[in-house]
Amino acid sequence: MTGMDTQEHQIDLGHLMAFDPLHHFPSPPTSREELVKECLQKGTVLVQLIADALFNLPSTEDIDGPLVKLPPPMTRLPREKHLPKPKPPTKWELFAKAKGIKNRKKDKIVYDEQTGTWKRRHGYDRVNDDKDIPIIEAKMTDEPGEDPFVKRQAEKKKRVEKHEKNRLQNLKQAAKVGALPSHIQLAATALPITGTQAAPKKASKNELQDIASMAAAATASGGKFDKKLVGEKPEKHKGKYRKFLPVVEGTGIGSQEKQQTEKVLNRLISKNSHEILNVDKAINMYNVKKEKKRKNQRGKDSSTSSKLKPKKQLQKKSLKKGGSSKKGKSK
Amino acid sequence: MYFKLRLGLAVYTLHKSFQSFLLQTLPFGLKSKLIMLKIKTPKSGKAKREIEKRAPKLVESGKKTLILQGTKTSNVLNAVLTEIYHLKKDSAVRYTRKNENIRPFESGGETSLEFFSLKTDCSIFVFGSHSKKRPDNLVIGRTYDHHIYDLVEVGVENFKSMESFTYDKKLSPKVGSKPFIAFIGEGFESVDELKHLKEVLLDLLRGEVVENLNLAGLDHAYICTAVSSNRVFFTHCAMRLKKSGTIVPRMELVEVGPSMDLVVRRHRLPNDSVRKEAMKTAKEQPKKKVKNVSQDVIQGKVGKIYVPDQQVGSVALPYKAKGLKRERREAKMKHETNDRAPKKQKENSE
Repeated sequence: MTGMDTQEHQIDLGHLMAFDPLHHFPSPPTSREELVKECLQKGTVLVQLIADALFNLPSTEDIDGPLVKLPPPMTRLPREKHLPKPKPPTKWELFAKAKGIKNRKKDKIVYDEQTGTWKRRHGYDRVNDDKDIPIIEAKMTDEPGEDPFVKRQAEKKKRVEKHEKNRLQNLKQAAKVGALPSHIQLAATALPITGTQAAPKKASKNELQDIASMAAAATASGGKFDKKLVGEKPEKHKGKYRKFLPVVEGTGIGSQEKQQTEKVLNRLISKNSHEILNVDKAINMYNVKKEKKRKNQRGKDSSTSSKLKPKKQLQKKSLKKGGSSKKGKSK
Repeated sequence: MYFKLRLGLAVYTLHKSFQSFLLQTLPFGLKSKLIMLKIKTPKSGKAKREIEKRAPKLVESGKKTLILQGTKTSNVLNAVLTEIYHLKKDSAVRYTRKNENIRPFESGGETSLEFFSLKTDCSIFVFGSHSKKRPDNLVIGRTYDHHIYDLVEVGVENFKSMESFTYDKKLSPKVGSKPFIAFIGEGFESVDELKHLKEVLLDLLRGEVVENLNLAGLDHAYICTAVSSNRVFFTHCAMRLKKSGTIVPRMELVEVGPSMDLVVRRHRLPNDSVRKEAMKTAKEQPKKKVKNVSQDVIQGKVGKIYVPDQQVGSVALPYKAKGLKRERREAKMKHETNDRAPKKQKENSE
């Protein structure tokens, strides 16, 4: 009903289009105004034809004017996007179909036996909430020392994880076919680093706060005059980054200058600086070991002949102590 | 790329081409750990609605147009592009920057266009450029699934802008109304390029696809005349409906809008396979069941209306009842005498 072939004019009412394929322009075309006039004339004729067909359609009265139901267009134009693909059935749907399980409609409000009121099935103040259970009776199969409430929560968590995993699998299947629901995107959370399977570690909240406070101090005035937001942590390492020695200080064992120069010298002269081996400590340990050995030996000997012990030990010990200390520091 | 196997666990560094091969040979547990996927859903209802608007639908409505330009444009071309934008104000996006790397007819120069089409959700684009070889060039193209479907290149000559026409301002057409489109000339049927141009122009000019049309809102028409085998005279007119004897009013066209000569230069038809896929129509959907309506043999069409319970007593009144005011005032006075001394001086003076 949309193509009216009067005088070979093609009318597509769905698009409000008219086409006159028979018009032949005399060549060469005359002046511009003539051309325009002729085009307008022909155009008027065509438009009139469309209007004829249009106004003869059954119309309903509306507030703004007569409303007309347009027929579907005749000329087919290409789509802009592909046809939406039907979703593949999920694993549960396949199983339910195979077993013949029908979906039963559930009510939103359910009668709660415990309180004797009508409560909703899901959400706030629901029917069979875990936290409403006051007592769980112990069964013979229960292990002593196991908290049944915690156990229930853990089981629920596991169930929820399993559901999430199944949902992800279903979506992956749909994505393979190309029928992923439009509002869902599957994003890769962590791409494996070549060589390892470990995911890059996520920065914790505290780490992020530290880094944020460091970044906040990266202004021209060192972050001194910025207003701190609520909840922002103060800087962990504020103020001085270099420690200078006091100008006036006495010499002696505890003098910081001496310690500083010693440290530097030890590092420079690598023969005496062992970063892994602490020479003093090693010497002490060696001496102590040796002493103990001697003690034991002497003890063994003394168990056989205790009276013949010379008093050399004490002297030797003191000598050794002095000697060892000198050895450590002289070089 | 090498891989070393250790104790049944595969530790490897991959080249991309090997990844698919290995995926098939790996044990299942490792396969799932390779790429950890997360389901991302929009967090707000508004975002969700926007995404659903862009999703592919069974029945499609009007296409959005993207109007942009290349490295060099002339005055004429600028005017043409702005006027096309004004004609399609609601369903067009105008980019005003110069885009160097867009060359629609070259194989590499389409990526930017496809990206823009994806970002703005536009499936027709009008790309204007000006060069010595092709002065005042317009490339009108369509996309399918955000890939280039087909292109038509036309040159603009004898352009007359909207401002140059004088007419009674009351006739000026409103933005967004459905236009009449008329094609005149045998060229549109005989010449390949003009046939293609006709299809593209129809797609560009038609506007929203609607089922119900309000006859009072018809006010403009586009007239395209094939003057010769490569030249089309395009003009835009407002319509005046005059009373005639019958229901059908008499049409009068008044030239309003831009008028130009389009000279077809090049064109690219779509691939056959892509064309087949794009022309596919959806099967007729089974009509949706209307709820609460049933057919009765005696009474005919019967409908059910459910009226919720009206809580007559507990509805909040929009105005304060006079009695209530008096009550509160009396209560206040009683409280004053019993409980506390008046706080403000004003009350005493009253």
